[in-house]
Amino acid sequence: MPTLLVREPGLLATVQDAGRVGWQRFGVVVAGAMDLHALRAGNALAGNPPGAAAIEFTFTGGSYAVEGGPVRLAVTGGDFALSVDGRPVPAWHSFLLRPGEVLAIGRAPDALRGYLACAGGLDVPVALGSRSTHVRSGIGGWQGRALRGGDALPLGSAETDPGDLELPPDARPRQRNRLRVVLGPQDGYFTDEAIATLGGGRFTITADADRMGYRLAGPPLRHRGADNIVSDGIALGSVQVPASGQPIVLLADRQPTGGYPKIATIITPDIGSIAQLAPGTSVAFEIVTPDEARRIRRDWDAAMEGLPALMRPSGGAGDPFDSQRLLALDLVGGFLPDAD
Amino acid sequence: MGNGAYDRPRFLPAGDAALTVELGDAVDAVVNRRVLEFDRRVRAAAIPGLLESVPTYRSLFVQYDPGLAAFAGLVEALGPLVPAEDVPAEGRRWLFPVCYGGEFGADLEFVAETHGLTPEAVVDIHLSAEYRVYMIGFAPGFAYMGGLPAALHTPRRASPRLRIPANSVALGGIQAGITSIPVPSGWHLLGRTPAQMFDLGRGDDAFLLAAGDVVRFERIDAATFAALEAAGGLIARRVG
Repeated sequence: MPTLLVREPGLLATVQDAGRVGWQRFGVVVAGAMDLHALRAGNALAGNPPGAAAIEFTFTGGSYAVEGGPVRLAVTGGDFALSVDGRPVPAWHSFLLRPGEVLAIGRAPDALRGYLACAGGLDVPVALGSRSTHVRSGIGGWQGRALRGGDALPLGSAETDPGDLELPPDARPRQRNRLRVVLGPQDGYFTDEAIATLGGGRFTITADADRMGYRLAGPPLRHRGADNIVSDGIALGSVQVPASGQPIVLLADRQPTGGYPKIATIITPDIGSIAQLAPGTSVAFEIVTPDEARRIRRDWDAAMEGLPALMRPSGGAGDPFDSQRLLALDLVGGFLPDAD
Repeated sequence: MGNGAYDRPRFLPAGDAALTVELGDAVDAVVNRRVLEFDRRVRAAAIPGLLESVPTYRSLFVQYDPGLAAFAGLVEALGPLVPAEDVPAEGRRWLFPVCYGGEFGADLEFVAETHGLTPEAVVDIHLSAEYRVYMIGFAPGFAYMGGLPAALHTPRRASPRLRIPANSVALGGIQAGITSIPVPSGWHLLGRTPAQMFDLGRGDDAFLLAAGDVVRFERIDAATFAALEAAGGLIARRVG
C-alpha cells in the first residue's frame, strides 16, 4: 500500500474526516473538518467517498512525498499555491504525485484552511468511529496529535483512478462574511435590543480563534437577567454569549456541554465560511427563520451530493502531453523531474 | 416532581440539525433521572434521522440529519417519550480509592481554611457522602456529580489553573467531580484516584462512569496509590 510522507507539516496540520458522531454523551468532542464542503470536494477529486480522512492545515500546507507507488492528490479549501518539484500545480485539481517527487503547499489569498485529500484516504486507525484528530484529548488521527515532519501515513486502497479532474470555479464553495443564523436555543435570555444588535451589528474575529471556537468583538449582546444556564448540549455553530456580551462561535472542536446562554446557531451551510475567515476579519449575522434554514440546508445537501457529478477532466499536471503542463515545464532541461 | 421541573417539556431549536428538550431548569436528581430515562427511550425508539443524543443535567440534546428528520416531526416523535413521572434510579454503584492532600490534592488546605475546618475534617466530610453522576461532559469521561455536602460548597478559583491532573477528585461550587484528562479548570483539588477515568485502550470500558452511576470514595495512602496505579486495570470497584 502507498504511504504519504510528511516532510514538513503545514501549520496545525491534523488528520480530519467528517467527525466523531455518537460519543458526546461521554464527553468526547466531535472534531472533524472545519470546512466540510472543502473536505468533500477534495475527496470527490481524489475519487474517495465523501467522509474519507484528509489532512487539514491552516495558513500554509507544508510539503509531502509518497512511497509505494504514484498517488492521486488534490488540495482544496482555497486557491493555495502548489508545486510539484517546483512546477506549479493548480488547487481544486487532482494530480498524480510519483515517488521521488515533492509536493509543496504554500498559502492561499482567499482562504485560511486547506485540505490535502489522497486517493484511498488516510488509513490511520479508527478511534471511536472516526479518524478525526482531537489534539487536546489525544484521540484519533495520527497518534492523537498534530502532524510532524517524518510522519509516514498509511493510505487506503483506491478502487479506480478517475484520472485528472477539476472542480470548475463556479462549483467551488462560496465564502460569505454574512453568516446566517437561526435564533435559539436560549434567545429568551437576551433583550430585544440584543437580538436586533445580533442581526444588525458588525463583529470582528479576534485573535482568540481556533478549531474549538471563535471569540468575536463587537457591540455587546445584553442578557435580560441570568448570564449562566445549567450546562447543556452545544450544537455546531452555537453562538454563546458570556457575561461580557461578546459572542463566541463554537466550531468543530467545541466542548460537548457548556453553561453560557446561546442566542443563536449558525446554519450548517455557513460553517465552512466562518472556518475560512482569519482573525481581524469583519463578519455580520443574518437571522433566518427555521423554514428558510431548512431550505438553504436542503440546497446545500444537494450541492454536496452533486459534487462528484460536477468534476470535469482537467488534463492537468498528471498528463505529460497536456499543454498546461508543457508550458509549466522547463523544456530546456528536458522532462527529467529534477532537471531544474 | 422535583425542584425546577417544568410542567411540560420545552423543545428548543439549535440550528438546522439539532434541538434541545428541556425538562427543567435546575440541578435536581429527579429532573436528571427523567432526562436519563427519556434518553434511554429515545435510543430504544431508533427514530429515523436521529444521529445522537446527549443527556445533561436537565435536558436532552438531540442531533439529527435534516435530510431525514425535521424539527416539527421530531417534536411529535419525542414528546410521547418524555417520562411523566419520576423514575427509579438504575445506575451502577462504585467505590473509588482516593489519596487526599499534598501533591494529590493541592487545594485540600485551602478548602479547609475557607470553611474553618481541619484538612482531616474536610476528608471525613467528603468520605461521608454518596455522589450521583449527573452527566459526563466537557472532556472524555469527565464526571459531573451532585451530592457534595453543603459544608464543602466552595466557589471556584478566581483564576482557573491552566492544567489540572487527570483523575483528580475535585469540587467546584456545589458540584463534585472526577477529572479524566489534564484540562484547564477553576475547580479545587482534594485528592486523586489511581483509577484511570478514561483509557481508550480498555475498549468497552474506555469510560469508567456513566450518567446515573453512584460513587463513594475510600481513603488510601500514597504507597497504596503507587501500588494500585502500577497494577493498572479498572481499580475502582463495582459495589452494586
